[in-house]
This record gives sequence, C-alpha cells and structure tokens, in this order.
Amino acid sequence: MVSGLSLRDMFLEGVRPIEKLLRYVEIEDDRAIIDASELKHKEVNDLLRYVALKHVTKVDLVNVVGQRYIGTRLHIPNPSPKLEIHIQGTPGNDLGAFLDRHRIIVHGNAQDGVGNTMDDGEIVVYGRAGDVVAMSMRGGKIFIRDNVGYRTAIHMKEYVGKIPILVVGGTAQDFFGEYMAGGRVILLGLNLKEGERHKAHYIGTGMHGGIIYLRGKVEDYQLGKEVGILKLEEEDWKFVERQVEQYCNYFGANKEKIMEGNFIKLVPVSRRPYGKIYAY
Amino acid sequence: MHEKIFEKIEMEKNQTGNIEFFLGEKEMKSFMLPEFIIERSDERCIRCRVCERQCPEGTHRYDGELDMMFHAEEKCVGCQRCAVFCPTNALIVRPHPSQYRPNANWTREKLQDLKKQAETGGVILTGSGNDKPYRIYWDHLVLNASQVTNPSIDPLREPMELRTFLGRKPDSLEIKIGEDFEGVEIQSELFPNVMIETPIVFSAMSYGAISYNAFKSLAMAAKEYGTLFNTGEGGLPISLRDGYGSSAIVQVASGRFGVDPDYLNVAAAVEIKIGQGAKPGIGGHLPGEKVTEKISETRMIPEGTDALSPAPQHDIYSIEDLSMLIYALKEATNYEKPVSVKIAAVHNVAAIASGIVRAGADIVAIDGLRGGTGAAPKIIRDNVGIPIELALAAVDKRLREEGIRNKASILIAGGIRNSADVIKAIALGADAVYIGTPALVAMGCTICQKCYTGRCSWGICTQDPYLTRRLNPEIASKRLVNLLRGWSHEIKEMLGGMGINAIESLRGNRDHLRGVGLEEWELNVLGVKGAGE
Amino acid sequence: MRFEINVKSERFIPDKDMQACGLFGVMNIEGKRFGGEMAIKAIINMKARGNGLGGGFAAYGIYPDYKDYYAIHIMFQNRNLDAKKKVDEFLSKNFDVVFDEEIPNNPEADVVDPPLVWRYFVSPKKEGEDVKLSDDDYVVSKVMHINTSIDDAYVFSSGKDMGVFKGVGFPEDVADFFLLNELYKGYIWVAHSRFPTNTPGWWGGAHPFSILDWTVVHNGEISSYGTNKRFLEMYGYYCTLFTDTEVMAYAVDLLMRRQGLPIEVVSKIFAAPMWDLIEHMDEKKKKLYSTLRMVYSPLLINGPFTVIVAHQGEMFGITDRIRLRPITAGAKGDFVFLSSEESAIRAVSPKLDLVWTPRGGEPVVVRLKRKDHLMSIKESI
Repeated sequence: MVSGLSLRDMFLEGVRPIEKLLRYVEIEDDRAIIDASELKHKEVNDLLRYVALKHVTKVDLVNVVGQRYIGTRLHIPNPSPKLEIHIQGTPGNDLGAFLDRHRIIVHGNAQDGVGNTMDDGEIVVYGRAGDVVAMSMRGGKIFIRDNVGYRTAIHMKEYVGKIPILVVGGTAQDFFGEYMAGGRVILLGLNLKEGERHKAHYIGTGMHGGIIYLRGKVEDYQLGKEVGILKLEEEDWKFVERQVEQYCNYFGANKEKIMEGNFIKLVPVSRRPYGKIYAY
Repeated sequence: MHEKIFEKIEMEKNQTGNIEFFLGEKEMKSFMLPEFIIERSDERCIRCRVCERQCPEGTHRYDGELDMMFHAEEKCVGCQRCAVFCPTNALIVRPHPSQYRPNANWTREKLQDLKKQAETGGVILTGSGNDKPYRIYWDHLVLNASQVTNPSIDPLREPMELRTFLGRKPDSLEIKIGEDFEGVEIQSELFPNVMIETPIVFSAMSYGAISYNAFKSLAMAAKEYGTLFNTGEGGLPISLRDGYGSSAIVQVASGRFGVDPDYLNVAAAVEIKIGQGAKPGIGGHLPGEKVTEKISETRMIPEGTDALSPAPQHDIYSIEDLSMLIYALKEATNYEKPVSVKIAAVHNVAAIASGIVRAGADIVAIDGLRGGTGAAPKIIRDNVGIPIELALAAVDKRLREEGIRNKASILIAGGIRNSADVIKAIALGADAVYIGTPALVAMGCTICQKCYTGRCSWGICTQDPYLTRRLNPEIASKRLVNLLRGWSHEIKEMLGGMGINAIESLRGNRDHLRGVGLEEWELNVLGVKGAGE
Repeated sequence: MRFEINVKSERFIPDKDMQACGLFGVMNIEGKRFGGEMAIKAIINMKARGNGLGGGFAAYGIYPDYKDYYAIHIMFQNRNLDAKKKVDEFLSKNFDVVFDEEIPNNPEADVVDPPLVWRYFVSPKKEGEDVKLSDDDYVVSKVMHINTSIDDAYVFSSGKDMGVFKGVGFPEDVADFFLLNELYKGYIWVAHSRFPTNTPGWWGGAHPFSILDWTVVHNGEISSYGTNKRFLEMYGYYCTLFTDTEVMAYAVDLLMRRQGLPIEVVSKIFAAPMWDLIEHMDEKKKKLYSTLRMVYSPLLINGPFTVIVAHQGEMFGITDRIRLRPITAGAKGDFVFLSSEESAIRAVSPKLDLVWTPRGGEPVVVRLKRKDHLMSIKESI
C-alpha cells in the first residue's frame, strides 16, 4: 500500500451521532428550529428526519451554507405528517432530491440540482437556482422567482394524472427542457428588458413529451429541432393563469401584467424523435 | 400438377420481392443476400403449420390450395424457433452458403452492412454482445488442482461454501469482550452489505428491453436461489415490489425511469449505471412501440413515447458529481443500502474504479467489451471498450495497491459463458459475476442478435403479447434455477479440486491461474504466470 | 526551448491524471492585500468536492520585498538532497540567487509525506545564445530543464511577487502546513480542492499549476488532452506532470504571454462557439470566430472544465462551452469572487452586492482598478 492513499470519506468524516446534534435543534410542539451553521451535510438530514419522526410539521432551518440533499431523507414509512422546511441561507446542491411529498421554501438562492428526480411535494425559491433544476422530476411543483441555469427540466416525466410543474420567473441558460418526456414548464422572462430575447439556446432539444410555455421573445434558432411552436388554446391559458397566480401569491408580482405578455407553447414535433435514425 | 406448382412458386417469388430485374428503377430494390437458408424435408413435413405460427418474421407460409409450405428466406433471422418446434424435425436452418468473392478485407458482413446503410441511411443496430474475434482471455487461462502436497476436497460430502457479501467492509472491527466471552459486542459501525448464496447475479435487463414474463422469471429465480437480479433502468413494476424487491438491485440510470423513493427503498441494493459494455459512452432509445401501457406506468413516461436514456447522467459530469449522486442515494435510502456504480470497461478503467471507490461506492460493477445489450449501434458494440478479463485484473490490482480493495466489492459482467469463466473471474479478483446472456439462453434465447426488433420469437425481448405468452415464468424460472444450481456445483467441484472449501479463499488468488498462449504484456496485465512457470 | 523527452514510443507515456474538484478565487481589485483566511474558509465549505488527495493555493502580491525577482518555489520529492544540490548548482550557474530558504512550514500539519519545499529569489544570468531570449522565455526554459532533467525536483511556481503552495491532504491542511494564514498577505488568492481518480499521491500533482506567474486551477477532465499536448510540444512545452491542467497553463502562456492575445479572445479558442451559433453572427464576427476555430483548432479544450487562471493583476474564470462544470461569480465592494458553488462565497461574504453565473465559455475577467468582470453579467443568469 502506498502511504497516504488511504481512503478518506470527505462526506461522512467527522459526522457526529444524533445525540450530539440535539443542541442544534429546538422543538416546540409541531414547530422546530435547526441551526445549520456548524452542521455537515448528513447531520442536517439526520436532524430533519429526527424532527419529522417527532411529528414536527414546520421547521426553520437557519444559517444554511451549502449543505446538500436537504429533504432527501424524508421518505418515512408509516406516513409521518408532511414537513414544511423554511431555509435561511444558501442550500447546497441537490436540494430536495428524490423529494417525497414535503415542502421546501428557500429564502435566498439555490444551487445546482434543485428537485433532482423529485417525486412529490413543493419547492419554492425566493431567488435564483443553478443548473439542472427539476432534472427527471416526476411530480410536485417547483417555483423559482428569478433565473435558472443550464439544462433546466431535463428529462422531466409524467404519467397520466401525475404531472410535475415548474415555473421560472426569470430566464434560463442553454438546453432548457432538453430531453423533456413530460411535465409542464413555464418560463416567464420577467427580468428581460423590452424586446430582449431569452438567453437559452437549444431550447427543448430532444424533447419528446410535455409542454413548455414561454413568455417573451425567442428566435427560431434558439429552439431545438425537435420542438414545434403552437398558439395557446383556452385550456392552456387557464392552466398558465393558475400557475402565474400562484407565482404572484408567492413572490408578489402583477398577474394581469404578466398575462398580457406574449406567450408561445412549445411541444415536441414527435414522440419518437429518433425513430428514423436507425437501420433495422 | 408439377407445372401448376412451378407456376405457383414463380408467383410466390414475385410476392416476396425476388423479381429478377426492373427496366428503369422505380423504387429501391434491396440488394441484400439472405442470412440464412431453410431446408425443409418435404418427406417429413406434415403441414402442421407450427413453423408458420412460431415465426414472428413471417418467414413460413402455407398454401392451402397446393397443400405446401413456402418460406421467404430473406426474412429469417436464424432464431431456430421453427426448427425446435417442428414436431417431425423437418427443418434445417443454417447460415446461407451464398458468398461474394472471398476477400479477407471485404467480408460478407461488411458488404451486407454497406448495402443496408445505402438502402436506409441509418445507424446499424444490433443486439447481444460483441461477436468479433477479439481474444477471449478466459480460454487462455487454466486452473490449478491439488496433487499430493495438499488434499483436494470432495464437495459432495464435505462443506463447500459459496456465500458472498457485497458491500464495503471496515478496515478493522472494534469489539467489546465481556468477562467470560459471553457478552461479545461489535462496537464499530458497519456498512450495509447484501448476502448472496452463490457468486452469480443476473445482469441488468430492464422491463421494456425484455418482457414482463422474462423479467419476472429472473426475479423468481434470484429469490429462490438466494441471489439477486438487476432491474436495469426501466423501473420495478409495483406488482413485483413486495415479492421480489429484496432480491433486486435497482438501477438509477441517465433516464431515471421509474425512480421513486419507494423503488429505492424496497431494493437490496441500488446501482448507478454509468455505462454498459456493449455501448460505452452512449445512451439508449427504447422505441415508442415497446412503451406499452404497463411499461409507461413503470417508467413514468407517456405511452408510445420513445424512452430516451441520455448518454451521460446529466447530474454527473465528473467524479465529484458521481460522489454527489452516490450520497444522494445513500440519503434517500437512509444509509441502509449498498450503492453500486456500474461502468463499461474502458482504457483507464483502473483509475476510474479507484475514483468510484473514493467517491463512496460500495460496489464497483464493470461491464466488458463482450457485454450484451438489447439494442446498440453495431459500430459501437464491436469497437469500443476493452476485454473484461484485463479490466478486472487491472482494477483489482489498482485497488489493492491503493489499500482500498476492501472498501468495495467488484462485480464483473460481459462475456461470462460458463462456471469456469466465473471461477477464473473470482481468481482474478471479482467478488461475484453478473450473467446476462447465459440467463437468456437458459430461457430460450439463441443469440440471433435481433433483440432490437422487438419480435423475439422466444418471448424474451419483446412486448408483443402474442409472443410474451410463450414464456411461462414458472417454467423459465425453473430453467434459471437449474442453471444456477449446475454452475454452483461445478464451481464447488473446481474449488474442491484446488483444496479450497470457501470461495473467499480463491478471491484474487491468481496463484491458481496460469496463462497459455499469452504474450508477456498480457501476462503482466493479468498478473498471472505462464503455464509451467 | 526544445528538449528531448527520453521515451522510446508514445506507448510508454503514462496516461494523464483525471480529476474533479472544488475551485475558489478572490481578488481585491484595488490591490489591497489580505490574508489567506477567506480562501481557506471557502474551500473548507466545499469539502465534499475534494477527497483529501490534493489541495493548493496561489497568492499574488506576497513578496513585496523581492518583487523584482523571480520567486521560484521548488519541491524535492522524498526530501532528496542530491536533487537539491543539482538544482542549487543549476540555479547559481544560470541566475543570480539573491536569497533562498526553506519555505516555512508546520511539521505538525495533517498532510501526507511532505517533501522539502524551497524558495529561491533570482534574476536571470544569460549567456551565449540565451541572450536573445526575453527574461520570461529564459525562465521558462530553465524551469522546463529542471522539471524534465533533474529527478525528484519539480518547480511549483516561478513568477514574480507570487507563489504556489500545494500538497497532498485536504486544502486546509496544506494551508496549515505552509502557514498561509499567518505569514502571507496577497491581493489575489486562488484555492483548489482535488478529487483525483488517478493519483500518484505526490505533491507535484496538486493544483495550482504554474508557469512564470500564470497559475491555473482546474475542475474537470480535458478529453482533448492528447491533441492539445502534442500541439504544445511543437512550441517547446512539455507536459511532464501528466495532468490535463498543465496543458491549460502552457496554452495560456503560449497564447497570452507569447502571442499577446487577450483573454477575451483566448476564451473563444478554448471554448469556441458552436458552428450553428456562428452561423447567426454578423459577418465580421462570423469571420473572426471561424478563423479562430480554423487556426487554433488544436487548442480547443474539449470536455468538461472550469478553470480559474490568475497572473499579476488579473484573474479570470471560464467554463467549457456547454457548461459541464459549474462556476459562480460574486462581488462585494472591492472584492470579486469566483467559485464552484455560491455557498462557498456566501460562507466568507454572506451579503453580496452581486452574484451571477456566466454563460458557458464566457469568461469572467477580473482586473486591477477595472470593472471588467461586470462585462460577463450581460449573458449571465
């Protein structure tokens, strides 16, 4: 063995047992406060799971600095009540990954991987979010007040009645809606200037399911070749209005003004975009 | 009568497209030669029409007026279903003897591929594993046996243990021992491990790639024999979760099909699929016509939609991202399941495996150059990756050199054909092996390589209900259990011969291997001596 | 500037290192010097991005007393004193060495097998053919000589008024070893936490990589390494450390120092726009970008990467053209930050004036007394 190569677990190293963490949490009836400032990634979820099992329904998670997977370990058999997690600070990557029914509200920015393979529940971000937001999302809702990064809503899915929804208030970077297989995505472009086009290129490239509603200007060459542009039907307008209303409730924007904007509907040209590239 | 038959044959020919020539081409005529020739003994044929019903390609056809069977050879894929089911053995199906001018460079296969692409402009698909004559190292490794200096063991009457644990092991155990050794307690924190009764695990084959019945057969056999099956990336149908979840390795792949918190938590282990030996570096497309209602439900994509698996996992672009997903899955399963990472064997496999272990994986699964597939571009399958034997030897050596071999188990896949391959793999350092193709062959597969068409006559690689009914899980699982039992016996015999009565004593024990007909560099990579050395 | 690499065939050249990582850089654009605390604290925040097999720092403005001399940091593997003797002789023959000493360190620090690390402050002593070379080229050629010809000696850095401190361990342990927080003040600090998949476990393999006063920290794996490396060899750069980051350092030196291209152009060589975006540019830009791609195609850096490059008075961060690796920029007063994760910036400066993520391939350029970094906000989110 070569010295110094021994394995160090950067993730679990120094993680303390739950007994030692209890001083960071205060529980009062069904409310709790957790101070995350000195907690490692796993310790945050240890405490969240702990309070969930104590039937807490609302928890304030304060002084968060980059801890990952917040809310991921809350798939608890014998359903405990839904937990509402209010985050102060900046949560780390994979916020709400594999999320199961619970609600996460971030009072600030979020990083990469928000709602990764999320199954159900809701995530609300009072700020911006990084890359791969809502990747492979299967259900529930995500609201992002400002912008999102690359590859948002990549490979989002749906099945019959279970349809995930993502609403983004600002604009997005490239590969927005790439590989989308289902779900509804609304991109509002509220922070774009008059006549300014959305920033993303390759929008909906490889898309083969779901719908993107896009408000504001976008050039044809910004769209992937697998999407087609449609006008919104009455049902679409109703759906968009409902989501915009909720967006406004959260973030205090003007619904009427938003709805006056120019919306287009992007749908896949084919449900089998690559059916013809093979020789059988 | 003869004239009438002749006339009829002419007509048949025309119908099947064998028109001699056109005056001026109106539509593109296929220039392909048939791959198989069908020889039917008219004396034996009783016109029972079994062949016609069994062939999903429509090769055989009965003409009632003439009371004769006809066949369109260009449709035949050589699956042998008709030959097996013909009650009078009237059929012989064999490779078509027609040949272009022999040419060592421009083989028949290459010419046929060129014509196919000229006619379609497409990427040529294939199924199963690489069939090219790359060196098969298993066949250049021979095993040891005890003679005189230590006794061989008789496995029929003496204990012979194959039980294996997959997962991370701690460096040492801290044990609290009471006064009289009564109250012995383990103080160290243990990592989750999964126990298997034989070092043979069924490879990842998704529901979607294979039929529900085939999928269920694998699950049933794994459960009965005390080993594991792998769901592949198509999810685990709800109906199988309670019964077979604890025998399942559930995959999380780039498409994230059917990945929900329950799926992760019912399983024995979770596997992140990075790559596959048959198609390293590329994704996959399950064609929409295979996405039936039940598959749509399991995968959670609309019915009839292509199930696209992107080439990378889009939350993993580097090793620290992999680490992020490994811990995301540990979080999602409350640190109760070992997490495996499956990669294709590629050039820097040893370094990559080391990174995977350091990223927190409990199992490293490596799929070699000859690994199978339900569908892959032929050009990728036949040209990308390295042989599993070399990859395994390199990985095992590297992890030992770095002092981290006990931190993860090694599972290998791709090209295991019999129990000798299994035991050689274990001697090279594997903890256990994945078998895919052998399991399929046990269920009926004949490796016709047409898995991608979705018309598998054996009811394995298809979603057509008429075909899937051909596979009865009760019977197919019995065939699989028999295979596991037979191989396990053979492994015990070979172990006993070496004077070893527990599989762990052979693991990484390369002293029991010798190379035959290998070059110096190959022996070096494999870490074995030449025979006689 | 040419050296013979003594190998029979390319077959025997080891494969490059592959790794991924956490990056952080901070610069005071007024040139005010500050301690290493911010960089250390930020990189600790991203601990899960490294695995304890490498950490390192670059700091600028740390040697005001010797700022006119090249500060050469050299490590001696296995504390090989014979190598040191050879280096001492080589340096005194080719340079005026005005001062040298062992870099102060804390032997108690939790690092792995520390080598002997020495610093020399020198000025060139050119003779014969070498007189024609610029000082910088002269230094580069001597550094290359040490790296390729003296066993167990590797140059960490060779610029003026700056230095690289790196080793095997978590970055905070490396900082502890070199007493960075106690002994140094600089106006740029760059930090790196390493997660190698292929590690010889030696100190030279850690980041930053440096030539003259250029330093590069890198996250990702460069798939075009073989192409880039062979091209750079034609210009006398030999990649002796077998990591793809070295390629970046030399490419930056070639294009920016020797060929005088600004980073705004160099970034479009490394992370060239896609042809189908070039199609939609105006004629002048179309010509520029097409020509850049044509001429410098061997220096397209393909594969996932984020790099933070620094040299005297300038720091910039850039990702690959489809942003396969993360970067976030932040600003607070005169401080500008670049980081793999926003939380690491927030850990040292919770209330930022600005925080943004540029487009893939769009550089964030931070320069002394200028606001150039704001240029990248336009296409950012």
